[in-house]
Formats: sequence, C-alpha cells, structure tokens
Amino acid sequence: MTHLDTELQQLRASLNDMWGLTISQLHRAQKAFENNDKELAREVIANEKRLDAFELKICMDCENIMALFNPVANDLRFVLSVLRINYSLERIGDYARGIAKLVIKAEQEFSKVCTERIQFDRMFTLATNMVMATGEAFEDEKNHSVRAIFHEDNELDKINKKSVDVIAELIKEYPEQTINLLNLLLAIKKLERIGDLSKDIAEEIVFYREAVVLRHKKKKEKEKLTNNS
Amino acid sequence: MSKDKKEIEVQDLNLFYDDFHALKNINFHAKKNTVTAFIGPSGCGKSTLLRTFNRMNDLIDDVRMTGKVLVEGEDIYKKGIIVDDLRKKVGMVFQKPNPFPKSIFENVAYGLRVNGINDKDKIEHTVVNSLKQAALWDEVKDKLKQSAMALSGGQQQRLCIARTLAIKPSIILMDEPASALDPISTGKIEELIYELKNDYTIVIVTHNMQQAGRVSDYTAFFYLGELIEWDETKKIFTNPANERTQNYITGRFG
Repeated sequence: MTHLDTELQQLRASLNDMWGLTISQLHRAQKAFENNDKELAREVIANEKRLDAFELKICMDCENIMALFNPVANDLRFVLSVLRINYSLERIGDYARGIAKLVIKAEQEFSKVCTERIQFDRMFTLATNMVMATGEAFEDEKNHSVRAIFHEDNELDKINKKSVDVIAELIKEYPEQTINLLNLLLAIKKLERIGDLSKDIAEEIVFYREAVVLRHKKKKEKEKLTNNS
Repeated sequence: MSKDKKEIEVQDLNLFYDDFHALKNINFHAKKNTVTAFIGPSGCGKSTLLRTFNRMNDLIDDVRMTGKVLVEGEDIYKKGIIVDDLRKKVGMVFQKPNPFPKSIFENVAYGLRVNGINDKDKIEHTVVNSLKQAALWDEVKDKLKQSAMALSGGQQQRLCIARTLAIKPSIILMDEPASALDPISTGKIEELIYELKNDYTIVIVTHNMQQAGRVSDYTAFFYLGELIEWDETKKIFTNPANERTQNYITGRFG
C-alpha cells in the first residue's frame, strides 16, 4: 500500500465516522420529536459541534492530500467527492439541529393525529434511510443501491408537495395547534432538504466511482446514467 | 494553415534495437500548435519514439524500423530525404543543457552560421528574437559576449531552446527538458512551453506527471513499447480509460 493509499484510507475512515454521527443525530432528533424529549433535543444541539469539528478536519485533510500528493484520476475524484460529501453531511447535521430546536421551542406536544396525517414520521424515516443508504454505498464498493436513493427522494418530494395543503386543513381543524403545525411545516422543509442533500451525496458516489457527472441532470437521464451504481 | 493539421503522424511503427522490439505497432499524431506529453516508465519507448521524429535513431547501430513517420505530411524515412533539412524543421532539446563552449551570442548564432547565413544584421536580429522568445533576453542582454558555460543550469537550458528556435523549426522535441533543473527554472521552462505552443508543435518526454498535466494538451502513455492510451491530458488525468494508465499516473504501477 502506498503512502497516498494510507492517507486516503484514513480520510475514508474519518468520513465514515462523520456519517455515523450524522445518522445518530437524525435518529435522536426523530426520537426527541416523537417523545417531545427536550433533553434529547439538547443533546442533538450539543453534538452538532462534533460534526462541525469533523467537517473542518476532513476539509483540512483533503487540502493536505491535494497539496502534498497531487492526486489524479480516481484518487482525485475520491478526494473531490469526500470534500463535497463532507459539506453535505455537515448541512444535514445542521438540519437535525434545526429540528431539535423546534422540539425545545414547542410549548405543547405535537399532536399525533396531525403528524400522522402529514406522514411526518414516514418522511423522517425516509430521509434518515437515505442518509444511511448513501453511507452504506460509500463504504462498500460493491453496493449498487444508488438508484434506490434517487427513488426514495422522489417519494420524499411527493409528501413534501402535499404538506402545505395538509397543514392548511389541519390548522382549520385544530386551531389550537397552529404554532406547532407551522413549526411542523418548517421541519418538513428541513427533511426535504436532507433528502436533496442525500441525493447530492449519491451523485458524488457515482462521480467518484464512474466519473459520470449527474448534477443538474433530469431524473430520466440520471436513471440511464446510473446503471452500474 | 488549419489547426487540425497533423504535423507529425506515425503509422504502424515498429522499431527494433537488434532483437529487442522497442516500439510495437505505434499509431499516433500530433496536431499543429499543440503540446503532447509522452509518459511511461523508463524503457517504455517514449524517448525512442521521440527520436524517430527527427531521425536521431539513425545514429544508433542495428536499428530496424517498419511503418511510417510523416512530418508535415511527408514520409521522413523515404529515399531522398535530407536529414539536415529535417532536423532544421524538427528541433530538439535534451535532458541536460548542452551549450557549446562559446559565448551566449555565438551559441544562438551557431545554427545560422553553419547553415551559411553570414548577414550580420540578420544574425543579430535572430539571436535577439530567439533569446526573447526563450524568455532569456532580460537576463543575458548585458553579457552576450560572456561564455555560455557561466550561466546557471536553467539559463543554459533556455539558451539551448533559443538555439533551437534560431533555426526556425516548426516542431520542437523535448526529452525531459526540466528534469535536471530546480523548481524555479522548471517553472520558467514550463511557462516557455506554454508560450511557444502558439508558434510551434511540441512533443515532450517527461517523468513528472504534474508537469505533463501543466504543460500538455494531449498525453500519451507508453508501456513496454506499446502506446497504451493517448487522449486529451484532462481526460488522462481525471478519467483514464485504461487501468494500466490509471495505475501508472496514480503511482500504483506494478
């Protein structure tokens, strides 16, 4: 194994650790939301600093590898992908913290009837699963589940699109929940962004593995281009 | 003249040093006003191929060749080719700077004088222009009569380039021109290659991957006498098609 291989392996390990922490943040934020657990929500907020530290470290490691080893071809694509995935994971962490803040801010519990009607839990699980699936695809070179990630994002988008109408109806039915419902809408937007960022990460994995750029491509084109991923 | 014109074209070239098959069925071309880098491990045939472009291999015994090498569309190995004329058209810069033990001025003027040019004004004009083109003029303009041997390695190499330019070639071959130079001198040579591309077609052999990336438009990777992959430099260094190319440029060869 070359010196560069060792550096790249360490970079991969750091990013995997960051992925693990991001997923754990999402699980905790979901649990905090479900149980109105403000203590757990505070933990999510406190842990965000660890994610920030990861982001800075990985960014610096990428910079050092580029400056010292001048990577090319698949090595260069790997480092560029890590840099962009790093940024996306940090943003996902920010959204988890944002949702945790909403839990702390809420003066009353989120009504189960409302969250079910909006499919909030389903949306949260979908978003978290997407982050997990991208992590698994990144870790295991033989994992070809990237296409499934694009499909899950489509499902997330569908729920998101309906959310404004559903919340408008719920406000009429449960006016006492208005503030909570508006906060729920904010949380939905954050989950939708987590889905988008997961999709961006999936695109980076395809770029690293196959040197195919999927950014800004239409859905059908993407499906054609990701046959091997 | 069309930019897409093939200045150098190699067709089905095989070259043997006695029994050793040094180049195997090479097909390649270099377009006008482009820089092509030849890369590959030592002994892969890149310098041998470079030397077929101005028939430098003629100087080696027991060399046998099949196939064709065309310069500006003309078969340079056909009967009747005057090798001196070919080498005026296809200049060469070597790994180690090799100035003559003469003054700076006379080094550049040498090629003109041996080609029978005696017009003083013409010689002076060409020397000054060549030194300027080689980005050396500002450093030597006040000491043209001093010995070239007193110049630094980097300056000597640029002097050798000026000497090549004075003959007004259309193609310049460079065999690891910066491998014996410090980073500053290397940077100057690389900048110079970038400038010279406007007027010349350049083929450079280099062991420095980053240099190939910085200076060339096209890169050709050779291994064991075969041309494994040849494409735009951007493509070679971001997404090479052949696994052997990838292993070589990423330092995982063998």
